[in-house]
Amino acid sequence: MPAISREDVAHLAQLAHLEMSDTELEKMTGELGVIVDAIKSVSEAAGNDVPATSHPLPLVNVMREDVVGQTLTQEEALQNAPDAEDGRFKVPAILEGE
Amino acid sequence: MNEIIKLSAADLAAKLRDGSVTSTQAVQAHLDRIAAVDGGDRGVHAFLHLNAEEALAVAAEVDAIRAAGGPEAEALHPLAGVPIAIKDLIVTKGQPTTAGSKFLEGWMSPYDATVIEKIRAAKLPMLGKTNLDEFAMGSSTEHSAYGDTRNPWDLDRIPGGSGGGSAAAVAAFEAPLALGTDTGGSIRQPGAVTGTVGVKPTYGGVSRYGAIAMASSLDQIGPVTRTVRDSALLHELIGGHDPKDSTSIDQPVAELAAAAEQGATGDLTGVRIGVIRELQGEGYDAGVQARFDESLQLLRSAGAEIVEVSCPNFEYALNAYYLIMPSEVSSNLAKFDGVRYGNRVLPAEGPMTIERVMGATRAAGFGDEVKRRIILGTYALSAGYYDAYYGSAQKVRTLIQRDFEAAFAQADVLVSPTSPVVAFPLGSKLDDPLAMYLNDVATIPANLAGIPGITVPGGLSENLPVGIQFLAPAHEDARLYRAGAALEKLLEDQWGGPLINQAPELAESSKEGVA
Repeated sequence: MPAISREDVAHLAQLAHLEMSDTELEKMTGELGVIVDAIKSVSEAAGNDVPATSHPLPLVNVMREDVVGQTLTQEEALQNAPDAEDGRFKVPAILEGE
Repeated sequence: MNEIIKLSAADLAAKLRDGSVTSTQAVQAHLDRIAAVDGGDRGVHAFLHLNAEEALAVAAEVDAIRAAGGPEAEALHPLAGVPIAIKDLIVTKGQPTTAGSKFLEGWMSPYDATVIEKIRAAKLPMLGKTNLDEFAMGSSTEHSAYGDTRNPWDLDRIPGGSGGGSAAAVAAFEAPLALGTDTGGSIRQPGAVTGTVGVKPTYGGVSRYGAIAMASSLDQIGPVTRTVRDSALLHELIGGHDPKDSTSIDQPVAELAAAAEQGATGDLTGVRIGVIRELQGEGYDAGVQARFDESLQLLRSAGAEIVEVSCPNFEYALNAYYLIMPSEVSSNLAKFDGVRYGNRVLPAEGPMTIERVMGATRAAGFGDEVKRRIILGTYALSAGYYDAYYGSAQKVRTLIQRDFEAAFAQADVLVSPTSPVVAFPLGSKLDDPLAMYLNDVATIPANLAGIPGITVPGGLSENLPVGIQFLAPAHEDARLYRAGAALEKLLEDQWGGPLINQAPELAESSKEGVA
């Protein structure tokens, strides 16, 4: 497995929507390298014949009747919004230059 | 110290029922204790928010119902009027929920978690919200954005984490009951290092609706108390099926308090207890190992058959956990984008697009450990690495489950130390994430397999508490209470009372209390 580069971390930070300074990127790259190094043996632990487990107990899809349950009022839904207008969440521009 | 606060929840409930103590007196006694020891520079700092007014109102309501008598008084829940503290990862109407993060500072949930609805219905006064590592990510509560919680046994040491606030509150007699959440040990490890009892129920045994999700296939809400019986009573209250949680088990809660009572006879004749070879020895403090070995002798003397079991794949459990958990974290925390809630931060310069606002908002709102786990999870799930990391970790999860299956074929319950070490000094592992992660080596396998676990006090090493962990097969939580209560009784007979009575008296740290 190749070592994690600073560029890799910068890309991951962008994917995860985490703005990072040069200093932070440097520190994170070092820490991540150590952690990944310590846990990568996991890829040698199990052979191809072992099935993957995503959940601890067997689960089936849960359906319910299509009836209105507990809901939030518009006011409740918006009460914690950083910005709202006309009963809607308000955000800055979605696309650059518009 | 007011004697009311030293009572177990069960004993306090009995006094509320016979009228010798009122709920108002009980709540006020705990609020006074919090005011005396929680605030100030050298306070325990277990609480992030106090809910005094509502708690006293609920207490007055319970007292009025009891005073009036009749069917309404008869119908009161056995724990009605007994105060409780809530880990600040669980959402509550009327009180802020921060998850220990700056991101959610001041956030008011528009709804109650299911466990909170049950607590309200049973009329337990809620004292307030307790401190935790940010979004429950940590083993020391030092990753909270709102300051460290101190261990009541030694104020310069960690109370464990992530639920250090709930464990410290109970250990410091600031509350007889508390709620915690356990993703990799966040109830049991704090319980171990504060000399208290904590239970991680079977996955799906307690509704997760309203617990802010960290890793959804691992998270579980559970009780934090000073006695095994109290945990059983609280577990019975909060457990059971909830249609709002699609992973909730559709079965009634087992008779847990009865199992604890059976255990409290101190007789374990016919019970097979498996000692996990891989969860002892190297990496475990000598003092922890010594208390563990003594507990085994006691269990044997109580009639239990002690067998050794081997779980060879536990070697990979920590590694698998630190891939699965951050992967789920990176997904679950994507919703914290500063659009619908959270404190929005604008980028210092450049175009003001929503993506850049999200980047700046998350950068300012999240602490270092949360960022580390989000990046690690994003990496583990990214193209080219998914099979090697996340895929392999899921296979290890299968191997861990098989290890447990084989072990439970030989034993009714398994036993190990809860934490390999006693409470360490504040700050000593903060710069070494790997050393911090190792604290959960004995608790993580249960989360990966979805099985229940309990920690009970096992004595002292270096004057600090050691925890003994029991594990049971999924849905067999009752076995934990029987074995845990038995060990508790056998040890308390030796000590001449609960271990917590040996904790040093806390000095009054502040008259101001918390904000």
